[in-house]
Amino acid sequence: MRTISTHGVRTRVLAVVATSLALVGAAACDRSSSTGTSPSQNAGAKDVTLTITSNSIAGGKNADEADWYAKYVIPTFTKQQKAKGVNVTVTFQPSGVDDEQYKTKVALDLKSRAGADIMALDGIWVGEFAQAGYLKPLTDVAGPSVTSWEGWSQIPKAVQANASFEDKTYGIPAGTDGRVLYFNKKLFAQAGLPADWQPKSWQDIIDAGMKLKAISGVNPIQINAGTAMGEATTMQGVLPLLVGAGSEIYSGGKWQGDTKAVRDVLTFYKTLLDQGLENKNFQQAAKGRDQSFAAFAAGKVGILLEGDYFWRSVINPDNGDAPMASRNSDVGWAFIPAREPGSGVGGSNDVSMSGGGGYFLNPNTKYPQQAWELLQFIGSPDAINALLHGSAKITARQDVNEKVLSSDPFLSFVSQKVLPVTHYRPGLAVYPQVSQALQQATADIVSGKSVDEAAKAYGAAVEKAVGGADKVSSS
Amino acid sequence: MGRLAITAFVAAAIAFWALPMLWLVTAPFNSHPGLDVSWPDWTLENFRKLSENPYAFSSLKNSVYLAVGTMLGVTVMAALAAYSLSRVRIPGRNTILYGLLLLSSIVTGTAAMVPIFQLMFALNLVDDRSGVILVLTGGLLPAAIFILKDFMDATPKSYEESARVFGATPLQVLRHVVLPIVRPGLATIAVWALVNVWSDFLTSYILLRDPTKLPAGVVMYTFYSEGGQANLPLISAFSLVYALPVVALYLFVNRRYGFRFHGGIKS
Amino acid sequence: MTVTSVDAAGLGRRRAMGLVTPALLLVTAFLVVPAVWTVYLGMTDYRLTGIQAANPQFVGLDNYRAALADPDFRNSLWLTLLFVLGSAVVGQTVAGFALAWTLRGVPRLVRGVVETLVLLAWILPSSIVAFLWVAYLSGDGGTLNALLHTTGTDWLLEHPMASIIVFNTWRGTAFSMLLFSAALGAVPPSQLESARLAGAGTFAQLRDVVLPHIRGHVLTNTLLISLWTFNDFSPYLLTAGGPNHASETLPVFIYNKALYGGQLGYGSAISFIMLVINLVIALFYVRLLRERR
Repeated sequence: MRTISTHGVRTRVLAVVATSLALVGAAACDRSSSTGTSPSQNAGAKDVTLTITSNSIAGGKNADEADWYAKYVIPTFTKQQKAKGVNVTVTFQPSGVDDEQYKTKVALDLKSRAGADIMALDGIWVGEFAQAGYLKPLTDVAGPSVTSWEGWSQIPKAVQANASFEDKTYGIPAGTDGRVLYFNKKLFAQAGLPADWQPKSWQDIIDAGMKLKAISGVNPIQINAGTAMGEATTMQGVLPLLVGAGSEIYSGGKWQGDTKAVRDVLTFYKTLLDQGLENKNFQQAAKGRDQSFAAFAAGKVGILLEGDYFWRSVINPDNGDAPMASRNSDVGWAFIPAREPGSGVGGSNDVSMSGGGGYFLNPNTKYPQQAWELLQFIGSPDAINALLHGSAKITARQDVNEKVLSSDPFLSFVSQKVLPVTHYRPGLAVYPQVSQALQQATADIVSGKSVDEAAKAYGAAVEKAVGGADKVSSS
Repeated sequence: MGRLAITAFVAAAIAFWALPMLWLVTAPFNSHPGLDVSWPDWTLENFRKLSENPYAFSSLKNSVYLAVGTMLGVTVMAALAAYSLSRVRIPGRNTILYGLLLLSSIVTGTAAMVPIFQLMFALNLVDDRSGVILVLTGGLLPAAIFILKDFMDATPKSYEESARVFGATPLQVLRHVVLPIVRPGLATIAVWALVNVWSDFLTSYILLRDPTKLPAGVVMYTFYSEGGQANLPLISAFSLVYALPVVALYLFVNRRYGFRFHGGIKS
Repeated sequence: MTVTSVDAAGLGRRRAMGLVTPALLLVTAFLVVPAVWTVYLGMTDYRLTGIQAANPQFVGLDNYRAALADPDFRNSLWLTLLFVLGSAVVGQTVAGFALAWTLRGVPRLVRGVVETLVLLAWILPSSIVAFLWVAYLSGDGGTLNALLHTTGTDWLLEHPMASIIVFNTWRGTAFSMLLFSAALGAVPPSQLESARLAGAGTFAQLRDVVLPHIRGHVLTNTLLISLWTFNDFSPYLLTAGGPNHASETLPVFIYNKALYGGQLGYGSAISFIMLVINLVIALFYVRLLRERR
C-alpha cells in the first residue's frame, strides 16, 4: 500500500516538473524562433517608443550621464521628432552596478531577444556579443544608409575599431582613453628628480623609485597587480608593460602564453616588489585600488600608472573621488616607456593601452530607423557638448575634441601624443579568462612565487582557457 | 558557573556584538565619513544629500512591497505545508523536504541566474515585482517548511484532540488552536523571510528594469563612482535608513509576539 | 492506520495534500525547474557570451573532471569546509548555546540587551554589515586595532580566514541562540535540579540531562546553519576571496568563475558538486545524532 502511494506522489511530482520544463522550453523556443527585424520595419510609424540603457543612474554611479539622458537627450530628441510629426516616447533604464553585472543583465536581455533599443556598452564586449548573435552590424539593423552618417569622418579609425568586430561596425563610439604614468612633482623634487621626468626604459622607473624610497612614508611606485583589482590590473599593469616588451596579448590568432615578453613583465613586477618599491597591501586588499588612489591624493605615492579618468574623476579637485587640491601644480605625467627604447610593439619607444565604450543598436528593436536616428543624435556634436557640460574629456569626435581639450594640457597630451602609440584589447569572449590568468600571474609574484613558477602556471591556464596549445604562442 | 564568570561572559558578548555596529551610529553623522569609527560632528548633511537622490526613498517602498509579499507567501504556505506534513504521514515527506532544501542552495547561487531569468522571461514576469516575489518565495520555502515542521512536531496534540471532541472542523482547529500556539514560530519565520528579501541584490537586479521598481538592496550598490569607489557619505546615510525598518520590525515583533522559537510545552 | 495516530486534527491525507499543494507548486515552478536546468547547464560548456552562448555543446562530465583537477577548486573546497566547521559548527553552535544557557540566569534587561544585539547582527542587510566589518577590521583607523593597540594590522589581509570565520560567527549566532533557548525551555527543571543535588557539575548536567533532550534541535540547527554557511556569499563583500584566493570559499569561487570569467557551465557544475557535498554533510549529521535515539 505504502510503496504504491509513494510511487504515486513521486510520479505526480515528476509530472509537474516535466510539464513545467516543457512549458518553459516551448515558450523559450517560441521567442527565439522569431526572426530579427528588417531595417525598414515601422519606418513610417507616427507613434514610436524607444528605450535607452546604460550603467549610469541619477544620484549614483555616472550620474552625469544619466542626467544627460533625462534632461537633454530625451527632451531634445522628442521635440525634434515632434517637429517632424512623429510622436516618440523615449525612456531611460538606469543601472548602477559593477560593469560585469551590467554586462550580464544586458546579455540576458539580448539572449531573450528583448532589452533596450539603444545600449551603452564597453567596446571590449562587442566581439563576444557579436559571436553570441546578440549584436548585429549597424548596416544589418538599420540598413546600408548608416555608412553615410556625417560623424564617421570625425571619428578616427582606431576609435571606430572600439565599436567594431572583424571589420564590421556595430555601434557609434562614445570616446576613448589613454594610460600614462602620473608622478608627484613635490616628492620628485624632494628625491632630486626632474619635474619634466620622462623615463626611457623600465630601468629608469626603477631608478626613480629607488630615489623616492628614501623619503619616509612614501609608496614609490604603484603599478597595479593581483587579482583583487580585476581588470584594473590587466589594463593599468600587465598589458601596457606587455606591449612595451614587444608583444600584444593576442595577435595573429595566438594568445601570449609562457613567453619571453610575459616573463619580462613578471620580472619587472618581481623587481619592484623585491626592492620594496610597491606596497603589497594595495595589490592584495579588496579595496586596494581605492587605498592607492587615496594615498596618491594625499601625496604619498611617487609614480602611478593610470588612465586619464584618474585625472578627470579621481584626483579632480572639484568633484573627484579622492580629490587632490594641488593636482594642477603637483601632478606630472609621462609616457609609459617600452622596456628599452625601441623594444615596444612595432619598435616603439612609448606605449599605452586604450579602451572605450559606445552606443549600440539592439537588433531586436521594433523601430530600427527611429532608433538609428536617436543613435545619430546621441553621437552629434551638440549632444556630446551637452554631456561634457564644459568639462574636458576625450570624446570620439575630433571636431569636439579640438574645442574641449584645448583648455586642458593633460588631456591634449593624451589625445595628441598618447593615442597615436596606443593599443587595444581583443574583444573575444575568452579574453576575460586570459585577463584573469594574467592577474593571477601577478598575484603569484606578489605572494612571493618565482617568475618561472608564475609564468608556467599562467601558460597552462591560458592554454586551458582558449582551448589548446595551438592557439597559444609560447616563445 | 560562578556569578563572576557569567558577568564576564555577558560583558564580552555585548562587546563582541556591539563594537562592529559603531560605524552605523557614527559614520552617517560625520561630514567626511571614512572606513573607520571616529567621533562625528553630528551633521545631517549626508541625509540632505541622500534626500536629493531620486531613488533612495522610493526604493524603501519597493523593498517593503517585495519583503511583505514574500513574507506573507512564505509564512502562509510554509505554515500550511508544515502543519500537514507534521500531522499527516505523507510518504517520502522527509526525503522530499531534504531534497528541496538542498536544491534551494543551487537556486540562491550565482550559477542559476540564467535559468531563472529565462524562466521568468518565458512567463512574462521580467520587470514585474511579482516575479521577484515568486522566485524569492520559492527559494525560502523549503527552509521555512523545514523549520516550522520541526516546530509543529514539538507542539502537543492534546489541544487539537479536545477541540475535535467539541466538534471543530480540521481547518477551525488549525486556525483557532494550532496557529495561536505556533504564533511565535510564525513570527520568527516571517522576520527571517523578510530579512532575507531585505538584503537581496542579485535576483531583483537581474529581474527588474524600471528604476522606480528597484528595491533598496539594488540602490545601495549605485552609490559608487565610475571607477568603483564607494561614495561613503551617501552609503553611510543610506545604510542607516535602510537598516531602520528591519530594526523597527524586530522590536515590534519582539514586543508583540516574543521573537523566539517556541518549544516550552513539548509534551 | 498510522495516519490517525498523529493526525490529531483529523486532517486526512487528501486535505493534507491540498494544504501542501500551493507550496509544492510554487517550489516546483520557481525552485526545482531552475535548479534542474542549472544542473543541466553544468553538463555543457555554456557561456553567457561568445560562440558558446549561441551554440553550447554538451560536454558530459568534463566540467566535473576539470573541477576535480583544478587546484583552485580544491583550495576553495577546503576553505569552505574550514569556514563551515569554524564559523557554523563550532562558532555559531557554541556561541549560540552558551548565550542561550547563560542568559537564562541573568536579569531581564541584560538579557534583552544581549539578545537584541545578537539579533541585530543577524537581521541587518549584508551590504551594510560588510561596511561595518571593513571599518571594524580596517588597517588604518579600524576599531579593533584601536582597542588592541595593534595599529596597522590589516586583519582581512593578514588573517583572512580567521576574519571571515569570526565575522560569520558574529553574523549568524542569533539563529542558534533562538533555537537553543527554545530547546532549553523544554528541559524539565526538576531533572536539572536533581542532577545538581546529586553533585553534577555544569558539564555533567549538560551531557547527561540537557543533551538527550535537545538532540533533535542540535541536529536541525547544525544541518541548517551548515547548509547556509556553505552557501554564504558574504565573505566576498569583505575580502573578495583574497588575498590571492586565501578566503575564496566556493560561492565566491563560482561568482568569480561564472560572472567574471563567464564560465556558466563550469559554475553550474560546481553548484551541483556543492549540493552533493551538502547532502553528504547532512547524512553524516543525521547518522551522528539520530543513532542513539
